[in-house]
Amino acid sequence: MDFDPSPEHVAFRKVVREFAEAEIAPHAADWDREHHFPAEVVRRMGDLGLFGLPFPEEYGGSGSGLLTLCIAIEEVARVDASMAITLEAGVSLGANPIYRFGDEEQKARWLPDLVAGRTLGGFGLTEPEAGSDAGATRTRAVLDGDEWVINGEKVFITNSGTPLTALVTITALTGPREISSIIIPAGTPGFLVEPPYRKMGWRASDTHGLRFEDCRVPAANLLGERGRGFRQFLTILDHGRVAIAAMAVGIAQGCLEQSLAYAKERQAFGRPIGANQAVAFRCSDMAVAVEAARLLTYRAAQLADRGRPYRQEAAMAKLYASEIAVDATRHATQIFGGYGYVDETPVSRFYRDAKVLEIGEGTSEIQRLVIGRGLGLPL
Amino acid sequence: MKIAVCVKQIPDPNTPYALDPETHFVQRPQDQVLDDTDRYGVEVGLQLAEATGGTVTLVSMGPAGNLQGIRQALAMGAHKAVVVNDPALRGSGALVTAKVLAAVLRKEEPDLVIAGTESTDGYTGVVPQELAELLGLPSLTFARKVSQADGKIHIERLTATGYEVVEAALPALLSVTSGAVEPRYPTFKGIMAAKTKPIEQPTIADLGFGPADVGPAGSAQEIVGVRAAPERGAGRKVVDEGEAHLDIVRLLEQVKVI
Ligand SMILES: Cc1cc2nc3c(=O)[nH]c(=O)nc-3n(C[C@H](O)[C@H](O)[C@H](O)COP(=O)(O)OP(=O)(O)OC[C@H]3O[C@@H](n4cnc5c(N)ncnc54)[C@H](O)[C@@H]3O)c2cc1C
Ligand SMILES: Cc1cc2nc3c(=O)[nH]c(=O)nc-3n(C[C@H](O)[C@H](O)[C@H](O)COP(=O)(O)OP(=O)(O)OC[C@H]3O[C@@H](n4cnc5c(N)ncnc54)[C@H](O)[C@@H]3O)c2cc1C
Repeated sequence: MDFDPSPEHVAFRKVVREFAEAEIAPHAADWDREHHFPAEVVRRMGDLGLFGLPFPEEYGGSGSGLLTLCIAIEEVARVDASMAITLEAGVSLGANPIYRFGDEEQKARWLPDLVAGRTLGGFGLTEPEAGSDAGATRTRAVLDGDEWVINGEKVFITNSGTPLTALVTITALTGPREISSIIIPAGTPGFLVEPPYRKMGWRASDTHGLRFEDCRVPAANLLGERGRGFRQFLTILDHGRVAIAAMAVGIAQGCLEQSLAYAKERQAFGRPIGANQAVAFRCSDMAVAVEAARLLTYRAAQLADRGRPYRQEAAMAKLYASEIAVDATRHATQIFGGYGYVDETPVSRFYRDAKVLEIGEGTSEIQRLVIGRGLGLPL
Repeated sequence: MKIAVCVKQIPDPNTPYALDPETHFVQRPQDQVLDDTDRYGVEVGLQLAEATGGTVTLVSMGPAGNLQGIRQALAMGAHKAVVVNDPALRGSGALVTAKVLAAVLRKEEPDLVIAGTESTDGYTGVVPQELAELLGLPSLTFARKVSQADGKIHIERLTATGYEVVEAALPALLSVTSGAVEPRYPTFKGIMAAKTKPIEQPTIADLGFGPADVGPAGSAQEIVGVRAAPERGAGRKVVDEGEAHLDIVRLLEQVKVI
């Protein structure tokens, strides 16, 4: 057993931290306030190789696995959740389905740009009537000659309407109780992107509802085998859940650091507020939670990198890390008092940003369901 | 174009420095970082190498530690490194440093030598010019912009009032200012590749020096004492009730800046 990161991982974390502090942190509050998606910075994350971490070199990646991706996501989330989710979704939901299930032609067409961060992809699973129950998809795809004709609606799709968006992979019914995945290139007639949501958090991240009105794509845009869509998205979500857990660790780490600094500096009753156990112990508890969440996350990632089953571990990491991240933002806001409630401090943004971690890529309840089933319970 | 970039590993400026009470030398931890000012030289070197299909060799003298700072520059894309780390070098001054670096550079025979203008920890700002003199190279100093064509290097040389345009035929030496270029961040691929890039570590004997040529014995300078910088006192507040400008002028005259 070895809990020591490699010297290369240590060096890489340092680089990403430096990048995040120089290129992202100073602007995060402005982007948040203006609901601005900074395409330029996404491109620079691409230049740094972040979108290519888990993919092989033949597509321009570095073949360095999910653990390395987790470190990158964590460091970005430590200063800004919006750019972290843009990266997470770009890799886990945009590029990964193509990489995992695409044929050589699809991979050659889409992956090099996705892997380099020159383009982004979205993954359209959720529908107005199919969220946690994602198998209840109503969007239909009917084969007409050598084209799919698609009609339906998707909601809450990340990275689906950015200036860099090249495609969205959607799940659709291709027959009775038959779900398949289909690649929809951006700009296809009949593929309509609704205006962005006004969100509580993740405001610099791009989220849209999508409509498909007799949208036609070539039959060859079927991703992987027909009828395998349900299993495919379970696989995609396992990967994504570990990456979301890493985001949660990053936010919680950011809260911890902000809280510690403030607890030492802020004076009340003639001494630093951190001299009160009520404040100090919150920090202690936060530190324990961050460490535990990080270990769960890295373990799940390492299992994935070693090609071992990790569904259960991914659900555990996602569940625990997202819940302690929400707690951490609550504690940090409390430690900051009134200053924690205004835009001038990052913790107020973290507070708004963290909540959705308990919702996206499977709610906390769904994680508990997965874990319970894994434990053999009759759920 | 064959390029050599002189880079220095220094203790992380974000962690407190400690001086050895007897020798007055900075105590070097195992973990050192690439001097931030040298990232610009490395970036200029890489850009020129990429444009001309050349290579970048790092040249460094100093306690090597775990070579983390050197690997940082290799991870950016430099091809190999030569690090002179000989215990006999302890206490070497700037001129000895330049002599040792020059000995390495004579062996490497680069078309272009690149240095920073001033290191973060020693900041004598003399090593590049000493190197040019020792190697008999034209020196283009304080470059804020660099380009090359037809075997010549052109620079914009930063001055107090603007810049001069200077050019020299290769081989030459160049010192680059911080901000001349935007240094790239190393990618994970680069970090992994740096693991296996060659790092030569010659001794001073390999370079033709004896113990008397280097260290305090070979240096014309000696550190005779070290004192902590005086604590910065509280500032003086000048409250403006219409006459503040006169107070300020008087104050500036007192400290003899006007
Ligand atoms: C900002 C943002 C970005 C998103 N990005 C994407 C994206 O890129 N792609 C995508 O496909 N989707 C995306 N989503 C959608 C997200 O995955 C869904 O919102 C989530 O899966 C929950 O689905 P729902 O909203 O329909 O909630 P519902 O499924 O309606 O759930 C409502 C509540 O009921 C609970 N519940 C439901 N079923 C059970 C059960 N069996 N047992 C116990 N409790 C249950 C849930 O846990 C929840 O608390 C995003 C959402 C947001 C907010
Ligand atoms: C009292 C004293 C004790 C010292 N002890 C030691 C010791 O124990 N071991 C030891 O190795 N050195 C030692 N040195 C050398 C010292 O670390 C500096 O390298 C040297 O004095 C150069 O001065 P500087 O840093 O001010 O260079 P500057 O002239 O300010 O640097 C300008 C540029 O020159 C190049 N450069 C400068 N120094 C180096 C270098 N070392 N390697 C590669 N490129 C360089 C860089 O490109 C740098 O940006 C000692 C120096 C002094 C004065």
